Amino acid sequence: MADDALVIGHRNSEWTGIGPMLEEDLAFSSMAQDKIGHAQALYEILHTHLGLADADSLAFRREEKEFRCCHLVEYPIGEYDFSLLRHFLFDHAEAVRYQALASSSFAPLAHLSAKVKGEIKYHVMHANAFLRQLAAGTEESRARMQSSLNRLWPLAQSIFESYEGEKDLIDAGVYPGEVILKERWAAAVQAVVESAGLKMPASEADGLGGRQGYHTEFLSPMLLEMTEVVREDPEAIW
Amino acid sequence: MKEQSLDPRINRLDLSRGEGEQVQAQSHLPTWEVFHQEKRGKQAVHAGIVHASSPDMALVLAKEQYARRGKTANLWVVRTSDVYTFKQEDDDVFETVPEKTYREPSAYKVRDRIEAWQKLHPEQL
Repeated sequence: MADDALVIGHRNSEWTGIGPMLEEDLAFSSMAQDKIGHAQALYEILHTHLGLADADSLAFRREEKEFRCCHLVEYPIGEYDFSLLRHFLFDHAEAVRYQALASSSFAPLAHLSAKVKGEIKYHVMHANAFLRQLAAGTEESRARMQSSLNRLWPLAQSIFESYEGEKDLIDAGVYPGEVILKERWAAAVQAVVESAGLKMPASEADGLGGRQGYHTEFLSPMLLEMTEVVREDPEAIW
Repeated sequence: MKEQSLDPRINRLDLSRGEGEQVQAQSHLPTWEVFHQEKRGKQAVHAGIVHASSPDMALVLAKEQYARRGKTANLWVVRTSDVYTFKQEDDDVFETVPEKTYREPSAYKVRDRIEAWQKLHPEQL
């Protein structure tokens, strides 16, 4: 969860200054910043409650193979329709995940879920509004929404890839597990896609391996760029 | 000639100098006036405008422009073309004859502060 939020937050921040219009440049950047905040909060939980390194070390001082993010978040921003559809599919997944965590047996995650509820709700609202608007826009905007959805649908299922230890978390009541979240997510996505007059793609999951540390060729260069300043002076205090 | 920037994102855009779409006059999305309400029950205050294609989009975009920081209870958006104004040449109707200052409700300005104080200190009423 933390790596997904960090990587998509960084990716979406690449739109800052070059967004499709001023208002959306600002909104998309602000949501990217929210994602970095979620990543930070999750890294803090890993540090405080599970004994991992501090948040900055987890974010900036790990090797690519130590990251557990899914392939969906790693891809370059592409054209705006690609980033928008990725945001739509990812934030619907975040919404069902955090909703499930509201009743987690692991208190720090239940607290975080309550804290980010409003932000995630807005991210979904924003994605839905843009998708509906552009699906009802010109022939070109509609075709771009559908083709990006078709392209991203298999990749988005990589969010719900199983991982070592998932069963332990389900048994401990931390959350209901990836299969159930994926069902809820697919139903929520389908409702919006159909209300926008688009077609749900039927393709199977693609791009698995992220949860095991196998990544696309795009993650490594992104991490190099993201850690450029930290590597300049690793001992610097901010 | 390619634009070279220190910002890698700009280089990735692969822009050529002088190219790019020309924005035509009136080709923008319509504007919406945004009103910001700080607390429930308080008046909504004009905050600025957003460009948007529908009321939903205007609200979604107004949220990040005008409610990103500080407290917000709600936002209103009104299509700019739905706002009616006086003609500029009629602005003389607002001029008040100087001898009529007794009609100006300047005393009311402190009323809000008095009420706020009374609410804070109900025991002293």
